[in-house]
Amino acid sequence: MKRGKRRYLALRLDCEGTLAEREFIDAVWTAVTKLYGEVGASLTGLALIDFDEEHNVAVLRVSLAALNILRASLATITSIGGKESTVHVLGVSGTLKALYAHAK
Amino acid sequence: MTRTFADLHLRINPKDQQATQQLISKAARFGYRLISIPFTSKLSEKELTQLKTMCSEAGVDFVSRADFHPRSENELIHFLRKFRRRFEVICVTCDSKEVARQAAKDRRVDLLNFPSLDYHKRFFDRAEAELASCSLAALEVDVKPLLILEGPPRVRLLTSLRRELAIAREFRVPIVVSSGVAEERLMRLPRDLASLAFLFGVDEAQALDAVSTNPAAIVRRNREKLSNRFVAPGITVIKEGKPS
Repeated sequence: MKRGKRRYLALRLDCEGTLAEREFIDAVWTAVTKLYGEVGASLTGLALIDFDEEHNVAVLRVSLAALNILRASLATITSIGGKESTVHVLGVSGTLKALYAHAK
Repeated sequence: MTRTFADLHLRINPKDQQATQQLISKAARFGYRLISIPFTSKLSEKELTQLKTMCSEAGVDFVSRADFHPRSENELIHFLRKFRRRFEVICVTCDSKEVARQAAKDRRVDLLNFPSLDYHKRFFDRAEAELASCSLAALEVDVKPLLILEGPPRVRLLTSLRRELAIAREFRVPIVVSSGVAEERLMRLPRDLASLAFLFGVDEAQALDAVSTNPAAIVRRNREKLSNRFVAPGITVIKEGKPS
């Protein structure tokens, strides 16, 4: 079976202090599940690729078909791990190489 | 093509200068080029000038806007007569059907807004859309309630918005997506703001237009109308002759 197309998203987390990787991915899953339900969330193919605690930057992978679902869900996040936070999408790319090149 | 992103509804209290300054700087950093803060009757000309200066220092274009909540048709007409030529954007929050219909057919109204939480007061139906499409009024959607509501209230709001946006598309009524926020933490990047429009069935191109092309077109049209050279739509004074 042919693998579906994917997209990588570079994210910046705006919050006071630092966040744990677990707290961040839990907040993303909660947002997707709240908005689209468990069936919708299962279609996203969501995975955390990279998380930089120091700079509050993360990279997520998502299936191309669910890109809009994820973007809308990320925009609704207002708190992570009990701290007021915002997630901004810095860039979207088809390959990690291009995403990192764009981020630099 | 580079888009000019706009947020025409930042609900700041201009009297709180520090918060205003922070929000304007953040808007500039996020890439907004046009921002608007609704005018209250208590705001003096001096404060308005200060706001404009703050915006120009931050590199954003300030758009003067007035929001009305008229209780009757006559009150709306009175407001428009008094304020239309003083503001670049006029928004009417429709609390009754009578006001909604009058606002939709009046060419002096730029934006139609409806209460987010009272679903019985969302009067944007087919008749309203038909009137709005003739008068060039746009439907404004604030995303703040989508960020702060959860569960059934958000579901009900999304249902209403999806129905209204489908009607707006059918009648070619422009859509303007604004933040409607007062706090910094609820501000979103322009493309993130647009992505919230996916939730109520707007595709990517239309969502981006709703935060860039549509609001920018309203501002451009009104600035042209408010300029001294404007005579009528399509007619402007290019050169004045000398009296003989």
